Amino acid sequence: ASCVQHRLVVRDVSSLQVRQIYPCLDQIQYIEWSSDSLFILCAMYKRGIVQVWSLEQPDWHCKIDEGSAGLVASCWSPDGRHILNTTEFHLRITVWSLCTKSVSYIKYPKACQQGVAFTKDGRYMAVAERRDCKDFISIFVCSNWQLLRHFDTETQDLFGIEWAPNGCVLAAWDSCLEYKLLLYSLDGRLLSSYRAYEWPLGIKSVAWSPSSQFLAIGSFDEKVRILNHVTWKKITEFEHPATIASKKTIVYKEVEKSPSIETERLTFPPTGALACSLFSTRSKYEISEVPVSLQYIKPVADRANPKMGVGMLAFSADNCFLATKNDSIPNTVWIWDIRKLKLLVVLEQLCTIQCFQWDPRQPRLALCTGNSRVYLWSPTGCMAVQVPGEGDFQIVSLSWHSSGDSMVLLSKDNFCVCYFKREEI
Amino acid sequence: MGDWKTITVPVLSSDSKNIFQYTSERRRSPTSMNSQVLRLPLPSSKNMHSFLSAFCTEENIEQSISYIDRELTTLGFPSIYAESKGKELNLISIINCMNELLTLQHKNLRAQEEVEMQHLKLGSDMDHLQNCYAKLKEQLELSKREIVGLQERDRQLQSKNRNLHQLLKNEKDEVQKLQNIISSRAIQHNHDMKRKEREYNKLRERLHQLVMNKKDKKIAMEVLNYVGRADGKRGAWRTDKTEARNEEEMYKVLLSDYEQRQKQLLLENAELKKVLQQMKKEIISLLPPQKQKPKERSEDRLVLSDTEEDIGELNKENMWELSCETVREQLINSIRKQWRMLKNHVEKLDNQVSRGHSGAWNEKDVISREDHELETEKLELEIQQCKEMIKTQQQLLQQQLTCDDDTTLLLQDCYLLEERERLQEEWRLFREQKKNFEKERRSFTEAAIRLGLERKAFEEDRGAWLKQQFLSMTADCKHSENVTTPSAFLRSKYLVQIIFLHSSDQDNRLVKSTSQQRKPPSVLNGPVSAESCQTPHYITHNSVESKETAGDSMPNLGEESDDKEETE
Repeated sequence: ASCVQHRLVVRDVSSLQVRQIYPCLDQIQYIEWSSDSLFILCAMYKRGIVQVWSLEQPDWHCKIDEGSAGLVASCWSPDGRHILNTTEFHLRITVWSLCTKSVSYIKYPKACQQGVAFTKDGRYMAVAERRDCKDFISIFVCSNWQLLRHFDTETQDLFGIEWAPNGCVLAAWDSCLEYKLLLYSLDGRLLSSYRAYEWPLGIKSVAWSPSSQFLAIGSFDEKVRILNHVTWKKITEFEHPATIASKKTIVYKEVEKSPSIETERLTFPPTGALACSLFSTRSKYEISEVPVSLQYIKPVADRANPKMGVGMLAFSADNCFLATKNDSIPNTVWIWDIRKLKLLVVLEQLCTIQCFQWDPRQPRLALCTGNSRVYLWSPTGCMAVQVPGEGDFQIVSLSWHSSGDSMVLLSKDNFCVCYFKREEI
Repeated sequence: MGDWKTITVPVLSSDSKNIFQYTSERRRSPTSMNSQVLRLPLPSSKNMHSFLSAFCTEENIEQSISYIDRELTTLGFPSIYAESKGKELNLISIINCMNELLTLQHKNLRAQEEVEMQHLKLGSDMDHLQNCYAKLKEQLELSKREIVGLQERDRQLQSKNRNLHQLLKNEKDEVQKLQNIISSRAIQHNHDMKRKEREYNKLRERLHQLVMNKKDKKIAMEVLNYVGRADGKRGAWRTDKTEARNEEEMYKVLLSDYEQRQKQLLLENAELKKVLQQMKKEIISLLPPQKQKPKERSEDRLVLSDTEEDIGELNKENMWELSCETVREQLINSIRKQWRMLKNHVEKLDNQVSRGHSGAWNEKDVISREDHELETEKLELEIQQCKEMIKTQQQLLQQQLTCDDDTTLLLQDCYLLEERERLQEEWRLFREQKKNFEKERRSFTEAAIRLGLERKAFEEDRGAWLKQQFLSMTADCKHSENVTTPSAFLRSKYLVQIIFLHSSDQDNRLVKSTSQQRKPPSVLNGPVSAESCQTPHYITHNSVESKETAGDSMPNLGEESDDKEETE
């Protein structure tokens, strides 16, 4: 599904054929599929309207109007039948039910990055709240939206919450002014709290490993700390220094090569292919010799939210690898081997990394740096794939298909789907 | 040998000349001995002459002989002349003298050799020592310079160190200050934030009220038709039951998760245990059984058997259930022991290898670590025992020295003895003084007796004179019958005196006898004191009588007796 201005276009994945087009009232800001892929919600924040379309029944329609309350965010509930709208100024979260047309309100939600978190199995929802200058977390049962637990957290300013994939532990962390990570069990008990240091800027990103065994915390001091689920204590620290000296890590460096042009072969007017090949530069990976010094950008000292620290964390689906990005060395992706707790590979790109994501099935990492190439890495090797096409295709973000066979590459205005050929054994 | 001086011992006689020459030349140059030997039996008369001319010539043979004789005699040799003081030479004695001189010469030469050897040695030693001394002086100089240099460097480093310390302190102070600043600012920020948040909350509340109150018709949901629930069930009412069920479900979820985790952990534990046991077995197999101490071996065997038994039991039963502390600890301990033994063994092997590389390696020399340890343990035990023995002995000694009751009694006895001795000494002094006094008294009494005797004699003389006078007077009276009364009066006076004298003598005798009869009481200085006691009595007697009859005649005695009485 994709939206174009005010139209929602639904295409088929395998063939990209247009299946449906739904018109909406206003420019769509956000679309989301329901969990059973039967419905799509389109949120228009300016107007405060959410429209829901059904795939099976194109005639079915639903419109939710928040009115003067305004709309800031909207999302599905895990069962695919409720929509949670966050009103402006985070006044409240309204839960609209598609089955019963009933409304529930959740008061005082917290205006933070990840204020609402659903467990993987969709049974429980955790909402961060703030009353009287104190942070609270409410756990709701998604089936009937009953409040299960309501407890306060010891944070100064709760920044985000995230469920462990096993649904039993909730991680809540404080804003970057204070390094504090709290772990609560499903029934609201505080299992443990972790604090690495006191004064410098704290947690930037948090990621659970798929088996819930590890919790990776990326912080502003350019380190990733990994906690284990048995004792909730740090088992190791990953550093992201600007020079890599260890002989065991492989450093892939993206190298651009402009193709050599033979002036004799130039024809006028230049054919499309030739023109493309002239301007497009090929790049490939080369293994650089250790020690390698990476491009380190010193963050501006007097601005808030400095561009330093580990901003992106992602575990691979098989729990073997962790990909991190240090914002002060923005061109590189660090891949760590979780089984050995060591740095495995460093991918050095030419431009800043915009996004990376693991394949949901295999240990394969795809990343994009804002140029028209998508880079793939797997334990067997890495490669750069050029998106064919005319002009520039600045890949801003990418997203894997759940089967791991294809990938959507998004640029500002366009998107394309990348398919992976299955090797026939 | 060429240094030998030619010894000019004068030649004695022609007979021994050859020998002499022979010997001296021999000493001079042994290499040329042969030639000399050849030459010798036929000494040229020239040599002889040259030699002889030095000292003895044909003219002064006798002088030279006498001279030689004198020298020899002064040296202690027998005279070379024959017994009679003639000019005949005693050949035998000459030969003897020569022989002795030769032996002396030998000795002296030998001594000289030795001395010269020593002299050489000393000279070389001296050289050597001087060299050493020079070298040592040089070394000393060098080391002194080094020391100075090092001291200088040390001073510099110390000053640097001090500077660095100072810097470090400054930095630390700064850090502390900054931290304080940060904390205060953080507190301030929090406070401000809270204040702003409260304001914001108020605004929100206000807004919320407005929004809710407005009763916007717009806020509605328009649905074409209701959608069925995903799972096809109907919606349920919110009741307490549902709440309870929710709780139940939540706990179920949690519990299942914990159970899963526990299962995983148990699996892990079992695996690890297996691995540990394997490791242990392998370590045991690695260790050579000979080098183990019998004690340890038995211990290990015991432990092994125990753990093996336990493990056997474990294996029989379900592993998950028997993860008790004791078994775990036993396993861990046994593994640790085995590991230590293995380590020792490996170290031993390393030592052996290194020694084998270096050179000859005697197995006997290698003291295995365990033996070494055994010995050290034994020695330590011995030391302990000795210490204990010493302690006990000390205790016993102290006991002997410091007894409780016996010592005090002894002490008292000692004190008594001391006092007794002191008293005895005093008594001795006292007795001595007494003796002296006795002596004096005796001397005085003797003097008194003498005086008494003299007096008696005097009295007798007086009586006799009186008698004579009386007789003479009577004779005169016969002549004249007129002068009777004065002569009769005188006669009567003289008679009285004579009677008195006799009576006093008798008294004396009486007194003496009584004195002799009276025996003194049991006093040490018995007789002396008795006499001393009696003589005053006697003297008093005398004095009394003397006072009665004639106080003038014995004034001194009475005084003396009084004195004596006073002294007594």
